[in-house]
Amino acid sequence: MSSTIINLPDQSTARIPKTNFLTKENGLLSWLLTGDHKRIAILYLISITFFFFIGGALAGLIRLELLTPQSDLMATDTYNKVFTMHGVIMVFLFLVPSVPATLGNFFIPMMIGAKDLALPKINLLSWYLYVAGGILVIYTMAAGGVDTGWTFTTPLSTHYINTNVMSTGMAVFIAGFSSIFTGLNFIVTLHKMRCPGMTWFRLPLFCWAHYAASILMVLGTPVLAISIVLLALERTVGIGVFDPTKGGDPLLFQHLFWFYSHPAVYIMILPGMGVISETISTFSRKRVFGYTAVAFSSVAIAVFGFFVWAHHMFIMGISNYAVLVFSLLTMLVAVPSAIKIFNWAFTLYKGSITFETPMLYSFGFMGLFTIGGMTGVFLGASGTDIHLTETYFIVAHFHFVMVGGMLMAFLAGIHFWWPKMTGRMYPEKISQLAAVVTFIGFNLTFFPQFILGTLGMPRRYAAYPPEFQVLNVFSTAGATILGVGYLLPVLYLTWSLKYGAIAGNNPWQATGLEWQTQSPPLTENFLVTPIMDHEAYDYEWLETQQAKEVASVR
Amino acid sequence: MSEQAQHEGHQHHVTSPVLYIIILFSLLVGTALTVWASFIDLHAWNPVIALAIATSKAMLVVLFFMGVKYSTKLTKLTLIAGVFIFLGLISMTLADYMSRAWGRW
Amino acid sequence: MSDSPATAHGALAEAVNPHGEHPSYLRHHFQSVEQQADTTNFAMWLFLLTEVMFFGGLFAAYLIYRNWYYPAFVAGSHQLNVGWGTANTAVLIFSSFTMAMGVWCSETRRKNGLVLCLILTFILGTCFLGIKTIEYHEKWEKHHIPGMHYSLQSFLNPASDPDIAQYHDKPLPLDMARHTELYFFLYFAMTGMHALHMIIGIAILGYMIFRARAGAYTSGHVTFVENFGLYWHFVDIIWIYLFALLYLISRHQ
Repeated sequence: MSSTIINLPDQSTARIPKTNFLTKENGLLSWLLTGDHKRIAILYLISITFFFFIGGALAGLIRLELLTPQSDLMATDTYNKVFTMHGVIMVFLFLVPSVPATLGNFFIPMMIGAKDLALPKINLLSWYLYVAGGILVIYTMAAGGVDTGWTFTTPLSTHYINTNVMSTGMAVFIAGFSSIFTGLNFIVTLHKMRCPGMTWFRLPLFCWAHYAASILMVLGTPVLAISIVLLALERTVGIGVFDPTKGGDPLLFQHLFWFYSHPAVYIMILPGMGVISETISTFSRKRVFGYTAVAFSSVAIAVFGFFVWAHHMFIMGISNYAVLVFSLLTMLVAVPSAIKIFNWAFTLYKGSITFETPMLYSFGFMGLFTIGGMTGVFLGASGTDIHLTETYFIVAHFHFVMVGGMLMAFLAGIHFWWPKMTGRMYPEKISQLAAVVTFIGFNLTFFPQFILGTLGMPRRYAAYPPEFQVLNVFSTAGATILGVGYLLPVLYLTWSLKYGAIAGNNPWQATGLEWQTQSPPLTENFLVTPIMDHEAYDYEWLETQQAKEVASVR
Repeated sequence: MSEQAQHEGHQHHVTSPVLYIIILFSLLVGTALTVWASFIDLHAWNPVIALAIATSKAMLVVLFFMGVKYSTKLTKLTLIAGVFIFLGLISMTLADYMSRAWGRW
Repeated sequence: MSDSPATAHGALAEAVNPHGEHPSYLRHHFQSVEQQADTTNFAMWLFLLTEVMFFGGLFAAYLIYRNWYYPAFVAGSHQLNVGWGTANTAVLIFSSFTMAMGVWCSETRRKNGLVLCLILTFILGTCFLGIKTIEYHEKWEKHHIPGMHYSLQSFLNPASDPDIAQYHDKPLPLDMARHTELYFFLYFAMTGMHALHMIIGIAILGYMIFRARAGAYTSGHVTFVENFGLYWHFVDIIWIYLFALLYLISRHQ
């Protein structure tokens, strides 16, 4: 790994620009009442990192419990609460807002040459709603947690559970609106705020990915909201809408819940795929192969993603006809995702590949997401799903796509854009080490779970037959390594804020309007509205720009 | 800025009150019609007619009161996308229920 | 799609005249009033889409249970006073008209006309809520509120209920009669959710009347009134469907 494209300014004369969005105004209120999309992105970054580590600690507890076949570390009820809170926090408070609310908020306006998102106040409101949801989750944990599983499956959650379903439901409801407003903001911004010359097909693919995810956020999340309202009414008033003894149907809740929660997984992964498009292109110095295909496949994932939700309900009692239709549609939705993987692979082909940290995470993404995605096909086929569902196969599948896929993409993005957000480079060697450690830890944690699932170990069980112990021990060992892999970035990224090398405008020599500005950017992003006169990922244009640049003071 | 005065009303269609009054009366007639129709036994056609009249009334509100007839393509597309997903939710959920062997009481 | 409205003209104008006079309501991240109006209008449409999907879940529940328990839904529907329902529908239609006229007044800079239209819309909206209160109260009196001493009397023995005498309903079997509670739950959930949106709308109308009297919406800045109009019409459309689905299930027997 001796070659690198990192191009830093002369460190003896380089300085962080005095005026930037961080220094523009001071004081707590200037942050808490900001309309600046970049400050809001930083606020989100701090909040989601906080919740990520709480969710991670809960994961640690799960893996500790599963070291032994008996339920000996904690009572089974407590175990149920631990995995439920882990799911709720990781899905709603980490994965859903991760890339959109941090990197999307920060960079979409810059990528399109705008001064801010279309609705800055709504953006701030989004963050406050997120925080309110987060506080309610913390309250729930303090009040004893909830143990229904993050999916609130009825009729357990409506009739048989005495834990804090209401407060968790409220938390999810509020956090859902945070997501809706973020998505709404992105759609409006992408339609209405592009600078002159920035046509749809010159947008970075990061923007297309967020556009698709935003459609899902806007149209899917309200159905989650109504399902929670009905859940709450069922629990409090007992009207019977999900109660078979009163003529209701528990599956109705599940239909409404999964109508959102399936698109939710695409809300989670699409922005990550957007990051990967950017990193793969930059670190192979090549335009993304098949730009149009990647752009349209993002939208296709969004559209198809609306019509497959009942594949989460194959064994729940839906009709055989519904099983057939949803199974077939699920096969369809895999195609656009595969198209992306192929296009990224073709981007790499004959590219000038270097292995900086974002690229390492991107390679990790491609491999692990492919495995996770392919195992999704086994689950989409209803015949195999009947055997694999509610086992560790499912747990492994979604952790491969969400952690091996999405979380790696998030880390790729954070590392890629860290120099732009902070003006500082992170230390490359230790970050590459962390990426490798994460990859190893991840595989050790979750690959055994595929095997456990096919062998028949059920999910959400604190105790299991002793013959499964060896694989569980491997899994927990992997989790420890994975924990180290996630802790390291927090440490060295924080370190880099003070001691990192000065990054300059464009350390990666990337295309994209955000790299044409100072690092950290000005509050208004651009002094003069840019005019976009070249295609996306145009490295020849970049060369002519760099020839014109003043690189040093001498 | 003088540009403002030029641009205002440029893309912005102002519907005349006369049209609004016509739509108002159409909506009231539609209401009367749907109430009257519900008192007549048309077997399976009753809900169909009720929904058809409701949809026509909704269309009048959308096209004229909300101005979609004169709006940009984007607005029209947005509306269609929303209705499409809404219909997807309703139809696919209902399809499950209607194809179950039990529950048809 | 070539809807990049931040035209080169606008950018040029900005470069030439960066701090030229622009109206106080033009936010700094927008290039022009037109862009701001376009953007906020689109944002309101997207918000309405989220509302469509939110109500969608309730409509799905309604359609499923109506399919399953049709006789119960018919019996329940007969308990709703079609007179009040029709009156409410007419009230909302008129309020949509007055709202549309309000937007017209704002567009044509008729301050007094706008204030009048907003006040009329406010009154009509309040009227709607008043009628709803009467109807809800009636349900309370007859013990048809789910979860609150719900009574099956009218369904097991329709002859005992003078309000539905005209329909000559047959008595329902016990299990079907119990399912009327589900009908009423959906009635209260859907009309209640609708009423909540009406209350929010009326509150905003109050604020708007106050601002309109100060001339805020009749000097070129139409968007607030226009976008609120969209919201109000949407709430009207929801009611149009609720009326058809809840009140008019089958009024013949």
